[in-house]
Amino acid sequence: MSSALQIVWVYPDLLSTYGDRGNMLILAHRAKLRGIPVDTLEVRSDQALPYGDIYLIGGGEDGPQALAAQRLAADRGLHRAVDRRAVVFAVCAGYQLLGNSFYAKGAKCDGLGLLDLHSDRGPTRAVGELAGDIDPALGLPMLTGFENHGGRTHLGPGVKPLAKVRAGIGNDGEHEGAWSGTVIGTYSHGPALSRNPALADLLLRWATGEENLGAADDTWHTRLRSERLGAVGLV
Amino acid sequence: MTEKKLPLRASLAASVSRTAAALSRATGRGDGSVIGGRLGMMIDPDLLAHLAAGRRIALVSGTNGKTTTTRFTAAAVGVLGEVATNSFGANMPTGHTSALARAGATPYAVLEVDEHYLAQVLRATTPLVVALLNLSRDQLDRAKEVAMMAQLWRDALTDHPDVHVVANADDPMVVYAAAAHAAAGEGRVTWFSAGQRWREDAHVCPACGAHIERDETDEDAWRCANGDLARPVPQWTVDESGVIDPGGVRHEVKLQLPGKVNVGNAATALAVAHRFGVSPADAAPKLGEVASVAGRYAQVDRDGRNIRLLLAKNPASWLEAFDMAEEQPTLLSINARDPDGFDTSWLFDVDFAPLRGRQVLITGDRAYDLAVRLQVNDVAFTHVKTFAEAVAAVPPGRLEVIANYTAFQDIRAELDRVV
Repeated sequence: MSSALQIVWVYPDLLSTYGDRGNMLILAHRAKLRGIPVDTLEVRSDQALPYGDIYLIGGGEDGPQALAAQRLAADRGLHRAVDRRAVVFAVCAGYQLLGNSFYAKGAKCDGLGLLDLHSDRGPTRAVGELAGDIDPALGLPMLTGFENHGGRTHLGPGVKPLAKVRAGIGNDGEHEGAWSGTVIGTYSHGPALSRNPALADLLLRWATGEENLGAADDTWHTRLRSERLGAVGLV
Repeated sequence: MTEKKLPLRASLAASVSRTAAALSRATGRGDGSVIGGRLGMMIDPDLLAHLAAGRRIALVSGTNGKTTTTRFTAAAVGVLGEVATNSFGANMPTGHTSALARAGATPYAVLEVDEHYLAQVLRATTPLVVALLNLSRDQLDRAKEVAMMAQLWRDALTDHPDVHVVANADDPMVVYAAAAHAAAGEGRVTWFSAGQRWREDAHVCPACGAHIERDETDEDAWRCANGDLARPVPQWTVDESGVIDPGGVRHEVKLQLPGKVNVGNAATALAVAHRFGVSPADAAPKLGEVASVAGRYAQVDRDGRNIRLLLAKNPASWLEAFDMAEEQPTLLSINARDPDGFDTSWLFDVDFAPLRGRQVLITGDRAYDLAVRLQVNDVAFTHVKTFAEAVAAVPPGRLEVIANYTAFQDIRAELDRVV
């Protein structure tokens, strides 16, 4: 086990449709800015999931989503990671498969049961800007992202919504994403951490136990955020 | 085919289509490549089929390179006689209708086809040859999934056993699309190899979901781990500046268009033209006459700067653009309007590291998305608000401009709609 922060990108061969590499690159970049050594590991779906501090799961098409869920269920590495309170950040298809069940290619599929939620098909495809007020318990500014999904996600009592929707649809038009412990799921692309650097820092704080990471120059992130939030009338 | 042989309604529709297109150009509202076809098809829904009848036609489709390959193919087939073509990139049925109506009676037509419309245009035009270039991610919020697109192509070909397919052996998605057609009869598919820089959409076999394995010793070889699909042996191949035909004869192509990717496009054009009976030796010199394609690769001199325009719409085409661009000051422009797709996440699928060390300027509606991407990529840059500001910010000499679709059109408009 290395002393560097281990960031594991789960199955980019299956789930990497929406610039998901960006979340890994941004986390690594922001860690290095603070002098935190980082290893990034891209783990294919025919490899065993290794030990990691942060696990990232991206978005993808129905077939690969179902396959990824099956392989993660068989691997159990992600379950062990959550048991030892590793950080998990999952987007779109990756978010859905952390729940108890989801729909892919018209069939109900078993999820990993790592978040208390289930997803089904919505009446419309949700495509467009997404924004919302993040759960105050997380102490973060407004969430901004781009969503593109046909599913609707229903939260159980074991999770809290990540945000209350101000623009777009998210889980169901009211809430967006979910979190529990150090596991977060969201429908936001952008990629999410590009538009929400404070969320990236939250993942790094959780993973390192470091309360104060030190400042980073967020000039461009900030301009991007105000432009996108402005586009939906929220600044 | 002559206009006289068109049914009356089709003849009227074709005439209205031409008039509308001419009006569109004359009033400066557009280049007339869509509006004419749209009106004509309202009068005669089968107008495209009527206009196609009697012509020998090639269709060119794929995510990238189709406009350039169409231009090359039209030049190559032009050795035989007059060719109708949709040279402005209007690649849906309305654009095909406009192009054929405008051209009048020609013995040949070469049509660029948006990949989503291939089945429909195959039905309407009964082509002699279809060229399938590549399939990769494009317009995340709207385009069909890559594997689904490959399946649609495959299904479309089953209804057209007589069409000859010229297909890219290097792209597993294209091979899947053409494989059933190839298996159904000897000599139905000609395979070419043009190299494939972008491979991120072909990790998984579209037939069975197993991994696509790459050979460590042979750069180009690939096969599905289950053995469902493997790279066919290509009959047409390329080297740095030449195309090798099925007989093993090398044809030097002295292209004005930059990049290895255009040597590949040239090979495709020669392979298609060969099916029309044009020898590659006769066709190759014609390709060197193409200087720009609907503004792409065009060079414009302004204020002592030689500005070259490169279009890059998606991750695969950005990689090709970096290969073409010289190590000179570079302007990147990104929009996310309707034709571009609204989701800019794909910027993180592109590695901008080749731009390190160059003077990089950024602009466009979505310059801030690009700014964050470049910062994370350790590429230094300056943000400029206008194209004029960018030109003023670089020293005399070459300015490479790489832009996505509507950003490219904006800059082209600044340069007086350069073609």
